[in-house]
This record gives sequence, structure tokens and C-alpha cells, in this order.
Amino acid sequence: MKLHGWGKYPVIESCGKHFSRDGEVTELFESKDEFIPHGMGRSYGDSALNTRVAFTKRFNRILDFDPINGLLYSESGLTLSEIIDIFLPRGWFPMIVPGTRFVTLGGAISGDVHGKNHHAAGCFSQCVEHMEVLVPDKGVVKCSTKENPELFSMVCGGMGLTGVILRTCIRLRQVTSGYISENIFPAANLEEILRLFEERINDEYSVAWIDCLASGSRLGRSVLMTGTHAANGDLTAKPGMALTVPFDAPGFLLNKHTVEIFNHFYYKSNSTPVRERMTSLYKFFFPLDAIDSWNRIYGSRGFLQYQFVIPKQAGKEGLSIVLNKIASSGMASFLAVLKLFGAKNSNTLSFPMEGYTLALDFKIQDRLFPLLTELDAVVTDFGGRIYLAKDARMDRATFQKCYPEWETFRQYREKTFAVNSLNSLQSKRLGI
Amino acid sequence: MIMLVLGGNSETAFETAKQFAKHQGAEIILASRNMEQLEKNAKDIELRYNVPASAVFFDADDTDSHREFYTSLAKKPDIAMIAFGRLGDQEKAQADFAEAEKIFKTNFFGAASILEIIAADFEERGQGTIIAMSSVAGERGRKSNYIYGSSKAALTAYLSGLRNRLAPRNVDVITVIPGFMNTKMTDGMELPPALTAEPEQVADDILRAYKKRKPVVYTKWFWRWIMFIIKSIPEKIFKNTDI
Repeated sequence: MKLHGWGKYPVIESCGKHFSRDGEVTELFESKDEFIPHGMGRSYGDSALNTRVAFTKRFNRILDFDPINGLLYSESGLTLSEIIDIFLPRGWFPMIVPGTRFVTLGGAISGDVHGKNHHAAGCFSQCVEHMEVLVPDKGVVKCSTKENPELFSMVCGGMGLTGVILRTCIRLRQVTSGYISENIFPAANLEEILRLFEERINDEYSVAWIDCLASGSRLGRSVLMTGTHAANGDLTAKPGMALTVPFDAPGFLLNKHTVEIFNHFYYKSNSTPVRERMTSLYKFFFPLDAIDSWNRIYGSRGFLQYQFVIPKQAGKEGLSIVLNKIASSGMASFLAVLKLFGAKNSNTLSFPMEGYTLALDFKIQDRLFPLLTELDAVVTDFGGRIYLAKDARMDRATFQKCYPEWETFRQYREKTFAVNSLNSLQSKRLGI
Repeated sequence: MIMLVLGGNSETAFETAKQFAKHQGAEIILASRNMEQLEKNAKDIELRYNVPASAVFFDADDTDSHREFYTSLAKKPDIAMIAFGRLGDQEKAQADFAEAEKIFKTNFFGAASILEIIAADFEERGQGTIIAMSSVAGERGRKSNYIYGSSKAALTAYLSGLRNRLAPRNVDVITVIPGFMNTKMTDGMELPPALTAEPEQVADDILRAYKKRKPVVYTKWFWRWIMFIIKSIPEKIFKNTDI
């Protein structure tokens, strides 16, 4: 069957198997052919792709729930979407959610994903109490920050390359509302938005939309959205009706001019500050989930998401260089999101570090690749890094600069024989 | 409302049970052979939907045990779903009749045996719904799987008769006719994605058929028309095809 990530690039011929018992995963290890676990396919690039994959989304049973402490024990294919549907009406919500709720627990842990509260709550691994991982040389091993901490730090952010996550126990947080009290602050340029991030550091959630076509005095024109959980006692929030993009849109629809028009109206419509507006959790956290298959708007060639982080002190200078390069390339990113991260954690390949992260979507075109290679150099020169869960094209040298602990990770994979059995196109491309 | 699901470890059965628990508030009894899996499935349903769910041992092939199985159920179901089945191996069944017998044993005799017992109970109570998974393979015999196909053809004919018998007693019989499904049974087969249903889609279709009291449901829906065309090809031509 044809298989691809969320960016629809690359597309490969792959053979996939669902599993519902531990033994079936053991069989995959025994058969000697390499494979990679594949959940909801929401990582953008080639990190969950190989000629053989193990589909995890039907390995999704809830095994136990402790309603006193909010501890949820389940199989790793359970999605955050299912968790929210089931537990929000009972007053529980995941501690960390990425920009889509259609992600499995295994995927969220493997990417050590972050959300709009990274500055306050850290990465997804922060809510993992413990988990059971099937590792090639030892069978099922339980790990947490206290028990087998080395394995834990290799699995969280490990892109599925150190073992197959079977079962996880995660901590949910109590909420009294399905709504977020949302604030909106327009920022005329880069300086203003970076200042706003500092000013609003105590808001639990924050993220900014950024107009990456704006240049000159308007370079970095943005809209900051922040929020905290509301306390209005209304747990009935529901996702709206999902719209759908029924087929790949013609690629030319998204170009510099259409994006410019969109950005103009988006900025104008958010140019007055808003305070404490009640917004449903679904709309606040997962605006794009409201459009099914939105990845089709980039056309049949697909798109790349480029997400990097640069250290805080490099902030304004580094971001200016990147934004100027993009604006002058004329290649428009339809979606551009800026966020201030908190401190890094100790997981070996975890992406976030204290600094600014920018995520950009570009439809695939031949001249895109040289631009991104140029950006790679800027990012690594400032001591930043590129997010593996989004990547489909960086080169080995860049990866090694981005992740200084890559050798520790590689040696661990060699020591445990994971390097023979667990591989993705990405791990082979980058020598992870 | 209580729903008994026979073959409760199959992905389609499990998804259907979840749909009925979620949307109808049904209490679920899952029955199958692998108790470890079955108990996990039951607990999952209980935790997800706040409905009682239990697991009981059931062996479709052991027809002698069926009466005792049904009598020993503490509560009798309002809905009974037959979701067990055996695809078998066509080539093996041609060479070794024991394989053909096994396919029939599960798909037809196992189903008919337990259904007679359930039907008698529903008939007496004057209520109930029977849902049974047949297959498009039973609509027309093809060289690639006619042993499996004929066992499902027998089941489809059986269900039609049972429906006819139970209609005056207000008991519904729903024949589910799936085309390609992306399940364990079809693991490793190259199925065209557009024609292939996920277990969740099949479960949705079954719930809809239940609500609308439809006697026969094809899933995905267009299989009704695909099979209509396939069935209308004259045998003279069909015998030389490679469908």
C-alpha cells in the first residue's frame, strides 16, 4: 500500500500490519526485517515511514483509570482525541496537547511533543508516569524517570527507534470547564511580539500566528493568543462539525499572492486586543482539526513543515534573518506559528530548548529545498535545532549539529540491537 | 438493553459493541475463546462508556456446548450479534476436505447452532434483534474463495429464512454483507483502499441498520451495486472471468 506522513511527502510503497497483542510485536522483531511503528500518521515527514510498518492505532484499549489521581493506563495506540472525548465530560484533560488531537500516545511520547504550555509544563514526557516498552534485546521493560531512567530518556523523543511502546500510564489534569479564557494581542513587528511573549509569560498557554510575508518595518507582524482554563463549570464543549477537503487542491491555489491576501485579512481581523473571551478547548488547541484532511490544500505534491528552535539570546537577530530570507524568497508559508519555549529536558533527542520556535508550512516545489538548506545553516549557526517529527529532508551533518547527543543515542541503539530492527526512512537518512 | 457479541475479539465486533455502548447505552457481553483479550476488551468498553461489560467463554465450533452456554447467561440479551468466522485456505480446502469442513463448521453450522437457540428465546419473548456477519463472497461463487463463499451463502439463505420465521414475533434479523474489510482476516492482502471499509465504518453501518430496522445491509454501501452487477453477469461469461 501507499504510505506517507501528514505532509504527503515522501510517498512510499509499504507493507503494514496491525497488532493487538504483545506477541505480535515480538514476532515482528523475530522476523529480522526492520520496521517502524506507525500511529495516526501525523508526523509530517518520513519519521514513521519504512517499507514495513506496524500500525498501532488498533492497539488502543483503556486498561484502567484512577479517578482520584487522574492516572490513565492504556495501550499506546489510544489517541488524545479519544481521551478528550471520554474524559473531558468527567472533568479531566491531558496535561500537554500538541496542535492536533489526532495523535496516539505512542506518537506523542516518541516525538516528545509540546503544546502551547511548553514554557509552563514542558514536553509530553512530563505527564508520563511510567510505560512498558518492548525492546529488541530484553522483551517488555517498564520504565519511568525513576525506573530504568536511561531507557525512559531514550524512548521519550526517540522517534520509535529504541523500542515499541506498548502501554503507558499518563497523568491527566482536572478541569472544571471545556472552555479557555482567551486573550488576543496584535503585534506590529518582531520586537513587539517578542516583548509580548515575555509580558504574558504567566499565561498558561501562549502561541503566535506570524505573517512571514511581511517585511521592512512590519517584519514579524503577529497575533499572540494566550489563555488559561476557564472555571465556568461547563464541561459540554464539543468539537464542531468537521469540514473536509475532499481532494488534493490544485497546487497553484496557494501562492505568494493568495497567502498575502489571507494574511492581510487575518491580521486586520485580529488587530484589536481581546480579553478573556470564552473559546472552546477544541477551537483553542486544535483549530486545524476542524478541517479534515487539510493537508490536501497544498496540492498533490504535498508540503514540508519546517520547525526549528533557536536559543533565546539569539532570538531577534536569528528570527530576523530567517524571516527576511523567507520574505525575499517569495515562497509563502500559509501557516506560520511562533512560540517561546521553556527550558529543555533531559531526554536524549527531545526537540525543545529555551528559545523561540517557528513552524512553517511550504508546499513542495523545487526551489524550496535550497531555501531550507540555507535556513538550516542559520539555525545551526545560532545553536538551534530542527524538529525531527516534522522533518523529511535535512542532512546528516545538520542533524548532528542540531542534536549533540546523537552519538549517545546511536550507541544505545547499537548496544540494544534496535539499530537492526527499528528504522524509519528518517533514521536511515540521518544515521540516527 | 443487553447486547451479546459472539466472536467478540474480532475488530468489527469490538467496534460494533463500542458503538452500541456509546450510542444506545447497551450493556455488553462479549463471548469468544481468547479470554485474556476478551476481558481487556470488556474492561475497555466499561471504562470508555460507563456501561457494564463482561466476558464469557464461547467456542463457535463446539456446537454441543451452545445450549449450556446460552442457558448459563445470567441475563438474556436483547441483541445478539454473530461476528465469528473463518476465512480458511481455498487451495487447501480443495485438496483436503477437512479444511472445507472446518470452514463450514464455523461459518455455517456454528452460527446456525447458536442462532437456533437464541431464536427460540427471542421468539418466545416476542422481542430481540439478531445481527449476523455474512459476506459478499456468499453472493456469487468465485474460484478464489468458493468454499468460504458457499458457507456464507448458506448463512445468508439461513438468515433470510430465520427473518421470515421471526417477523411475526417482532424479532428483527439483520444480515450484514461486508465487502473488503481492513481487519486481521485480510492482513497481508492487497485491497483497494477506496473499496475497503475500516472496522469503525462497518460498525457505524450496523448501528444505522439497527436503528432503521433494515433487514440487509451492505458495507460499504456501494457493494450492493457492485454485487448487483457481478450477479447479473451470465454464467456463460462469468465462468471464464478472473474476478
